[in-house]
Amino acid sequence: MSPPNALVLDDVSRRFGRRWALARVSYTLPTGKALLLTGHNGSGKSTLLRMIATAVRPTAGRITVLGHDTREATEQVRREVALLSHDSFLYEDLTAHQNLVVLGRLLGRPDPAGDSRALLERMGLSARGSHPVRHFSAGMRKRLAIARLLAQKPRLALLDEPFGELDPAGILHMEQVIEELRAEGVGIILATHLVEQGERLCDVRLHLVEGRQVTP
Amino acid sequence: MNAPGLLRTTWILLRKDLLLEWRTRARLNALIFFALATLLLFSFALGPDTTLLARHGGGYLWLALLFASVLSLGESFRVEQENLCLDGLRLSPTDPQAIFLSKALGNALLLVFLGLTLLPVMIAIYGIELKMGLAPLLGILTLGCTALSAPGVVYSAIANHARAKDVLLPLLLFPLVIPALLAAVKATTLVLQGDPMAQLGSWVGLLSAFNLIYWGLGLVLFPRVIED
Repeated sequence: MSPPNALVLDDVSRRFGRRWALARVSYTLPTGKALLLTGHNGSGKSTLLRMIATAVRPTAGRITVLGHDTREATEQVRREVALLSHDSFLYEDLTAHQNLVVLGRLLGRPDPAGDSRALLERMGLSARGSHPVRHFSAGMRKRLAIARLLAQKPRLALLDEPFGELDPAGILHMEQVIEELRAEGVGIILATHLVEQGERLCDVRLHLVEGRQVTP
Repeated sequence: MNAPGLLRTTWILLRKDLLLEWRTRARLNALIFFALATLLLFSFALGPDTTLLARHGGGYLWLALLFASVLSLGESFRVEQENLCLDGLRLSPTDPQAIFLSKALGNALLLVFLGLTLLPVMIAIYGIELKMGLAPLLGILTLGCTALSAPGVVYSAIANHARAKDVLLPLLLFPLVIPALLAAVKATTLVLQGDPMAQLGSWVGLLSAFNLIYWGLGLVLFPRVIED
């Protein structure tokens, strides 16, 4: 039996008030392929990623992630998908280590403290593990947010502007992390304005203009 | 790896909330001073008549706790709003009932602590004698604080979506908690002044019933409130 598609969007729309943020988008992403999501600001990229992650529900249409309907199997989707969002999901007054340990405990990991140390090391934040997030620079927050995503050990990673706020070394590191995730068999959906970098990392592309899909 | 159960998840989140509270002690200090100032203002408003102050002491204590609870509830959701941490919890995924229980227990603990801080001050400045001892008073304090925090957490989560959340929360919460407030005030007054007609049991019963209803409703409603 062949594995289910990583993502199926079936006539998906989302409205906020009177404005359609996304209108009738249909797309199928086969397993093993990485999708590049492009479009100008306000084109609906973040909304689409948040809908795939089940943070918001579609107004109309159906989303299937790794074979699970996002409406009917929300918890299952959440277990298998992780979102790197514009908002970091980090507690400002906890340290970087504490943020990751709390998440590890919630996920039922056997050694959350060990996992946290390994992730901080991987993201080059070992020396700042005991510092509160409030004192972090934007780039360090982004790296910690990526560590948070990795802690979830997702089967599908949704990356919303992962290169934003990173310095050149950080961007290279991020590219390396994405390549490692792909090598581990993790599905990738990457939304970015850096099309060249995105095309290098992804196999297929979906372009959005004012919430509608167009051929790039 | 299996996710932890409801109680274990609640404990993890409660520990996280208490740690955050400890990290930002300025907030707790502000809450204590606010509640103390409220108690003192009532005494200034009524003047030096200690008989009157002692008779209404229970009411002033609970009003101070009610006003403080609005600040505390709003603050506990502000922490989750920052960086959309509540979304982070939802998507982890974390059992929303555990989020409710941890928030409600955390706020109740904070209010009980606040009540314990206010009690000696109230006894001293209002000239109150504890006719029935400290144990029943602690029991009523606990029941009253849990009765404020369970519906408070649900309404705080609702108000959190609104622009005027600071105004909306008291508007939603105050009318709802009137039965609990009334029962807590009456029960506290009876403990402070004596209970010759044995009425305490019925007020405690009302407080307990209120708790049962609103903790149950909170468990059912809160998951719907925090979803899109």
